[in-house]
Amino acid sequence: MDFSSLIDQIGEHTANGLTKGAIYALVALGYTLVYGVLRLINFAHSEVFMVGTWAVLGVYTVLGATGSSGVGMVILATALAALAAVVASASTALIVERVAYRPLRKKNAPPLIFLITAIGCSLVLVELFGHVFRVFFGPPFGRALVSIPSLIDTEVWLNLGKTSITNMQIIVVVGAVVMMVALDTFVNKTRLGRGVRAVAQDPDTAALMGVNQDRVIMLVFILGGAMAGVASILYTMNYDITKFDIGFLIGVKAFTAAVLGGIGNLRGALVGGLLLGVVEVYSSTLFSSNWEDVTAFVVLILVLMFRPTGILGESLGKARA
Amino acid sequence: MSDSGKGSDTAVAPRKGPLGLPHLGIVDRWQRAPIWMKLPVVLAVVSFCFYLPFLNILPFAQVRTDLNAAGTDWSSVLFLIVVYMIVAVGLNVVIGLAGLLDLGYVGFYALGAYSVALFGSSSSPVTIALQEKLGFAEGWAVPFAACIPLAIAFALVAGVILGAPTLRLRGDYLAIVTMGFGEIIRIILRNATDVTGGPKGVIGIPKPPGPVDADGRDFFNGLDVHRWYWLALIVLFLLMFLVRRLENSRVGRSWLAIREDEDAARIMGVNAFKFKLWAFAIGAMLGAIAGLLFASKQGVVEPNGFKLNLSFLFVAMVVIGGSGNMMGVLFGAFLITYLPERFRFLDQWRPFGFGVALVAVMVLRPQGLIPNRRRARELEDRKAEAEEAAVDV
Repeated sequence: MDFSSLIDQIGEHTANGLTKGAIYALVALGYTLVYGVLRLINFAHSEVFMVGTWAVLGVYTVLGATGSSGVGMVILATALAALAAVVASASTALIVERVAYRPLRKKNAPPLIFLITAIGCSLVLVELFGHVFRVFFGPPFGRALVSIPSLIDTEVWLNLGKTSITNMQIIVVVGAVVMMVALDTFVNKTRLGRGVRAVAQDPDTAALMGVNQDRVIMLVFILGGAMAGVASILYTMNYDITKFDIGFLIGVKAFTAAVLGGIGNLRGALVGGLLLGVVEVYSSTLFSSNWEDVTAFVVLILVLMFRPTGILGESLGKARA
Repeated sequence: MSDSGKGSDTAVAPRKGPLGLPHLGIVDRWQRAPIWMKLPVVLAVVSFCFYLPFLNILPFAQVRTDLNAAGTDWSSVLFLIVVYMIVAVGLNVVIGLAGLLDLGYVGFYALGAYSVALFGSSSSPVTIALQEKLGFAEGWAVPFAACIPLAIAFALVAGVILGAPTLRLRGDYLAIVTMGFGEIIRIILRNATDVTGGPKGVIGIPKPPGPVDADGRDFFNGLDVHRWYWLALIVLFLLMFLVRRLENSRVGRSWLAIREDEDAARIMGVNAFKFKLWAFAIGAMLGAIAGLLFASKQGVVEPNGFKLNLSFLFVAMVVIGGSGNMMGVLFGAFLITYLPERFRFLDQWRPFGFGVALVAVMVLRPQGLIPNRRRARELEDRKAEAEEAAVDV
């Protein structure tokens, strides 16, 4: 128990936690959207994020962008990488839906079956990057950790008392919040978003009202995938690495965050993600980083015991939306 | 849902075949066969299982995994298959019978393995502490026979501790909470070095007692692996018998009712929570027994042997085989353990192939390879409902 260190640098730890949590929150959106509409846990979503990080690496490699590139190059590479990550992640999510979920949906299979196909899909995706691509294209594919060039140097932008906040932390948190607000507006204000909410509320009635269910479901996977793509560009900017199995732990954490905030609730994903990130960083300071994951799960179990629908409650379809 | 509309497992209305005679499937024929016909078949199958390690007649010997030098010892593979079969039978109680999605089953498996390791090994931190506190001689450890009830007790307690607060949660939450539990167990095993030996694990796990054989070795040793296989097989048959009895009892019927419609079951007076907790605890117990056997044969355990992926593998065994049907899950466990060993030469392609197979099997046969008939009918009902709904729209 190291309280003094935690109290001493509480600002620093909070900033780290929020940065971590912002990534969780973005990935959590994918779980929450799909759950809200389909009532199923898309376990392959973690790999959707992983594919995004590789897309970023791909763009940097093709453009030859490194840390010493000029300003124009950095902006171009970052923008293209973000675009590529979003497209790659969204199409991966869409392919997973078409290959693994749609046939089962037609058969109205119970959720357990979806879970197994999702596990199968994520295994396939992981192995594509961990082995299959290596056989055909060689490194950097494979089971080793791959470093991604860091285009923007980390600098301290803000000094609040003892706390110094870096540009990366600001970019990640602001980027995540902006995407979140954009998604929330999209779902609540647009025609397509209304379709999503309608299907989440009552699929049959929505169909009677002329909502094309299949199209809404595809849209939901695309939206979730795109958010995971944004998460992957922010992640690679901050941590400068990727790996074939990078998605697993982040996926588990993001799903925990989604449940914590109230699965099916977009704003809940933000709250859950940020909270989980902060709790993790605090606990790794208090105990040691070995216990980080235990704290995350213990918090989840406690919240579920006293508030079984998560902090903000489940409501993509209900109440507010 | 009542039985009247669908018929129970045994009284299936036979479909009419050609000539107006009832068309009987192989399972119907088997169920209707008199005991004097069944008994020899069962005996033959059982003795074949015991004979398997020595299977050496071509072309049947092609099933062996140690045909070339790179292969794994055939008896060891058989042993692992049977251990995973025990796991599958246990997890089937939780997933297949009671319909609870448990993604942290590896936690119970690890508990079983670690209880025999920590109490049975004379060099584990726990026994050393006991030696010092209670003044036993150095090298003292809890005897193997006493480790078994210990492991079972730990698993039951863990099952109840995990189940009591979480079984009131909805299915999806149960999945994530059990998954968290599995990870927590592994992380505790890794981090609590003073109690569990930490990342290095525990060595010197005791083996079951037995007479000294003709070569002067212990009965259960590292060379005569087929004896381990036989032991595991006997345990498996025993547990299968017990679970089968449970399935056909009041408890089993309650599980079925809860799985199909929990609200309806409650209205009919089934104490859903109690029976779910029972399913959890019994499943945990079987997982622990499998873990105990595994650890005892292995001689060493380490926390990294109990990662979450193993949990997913266990669930895949049950679902691919056909959840709810004991023969199905046994087949699932067999396939998932055996095929990767047999096709070891495919090396790194195996996980990829496994993923593709998982998706393909589930998309083509959502009910599993050898489905529970009642379960299969439930799925057909759901499919019909979906089609009707599509027509309505």
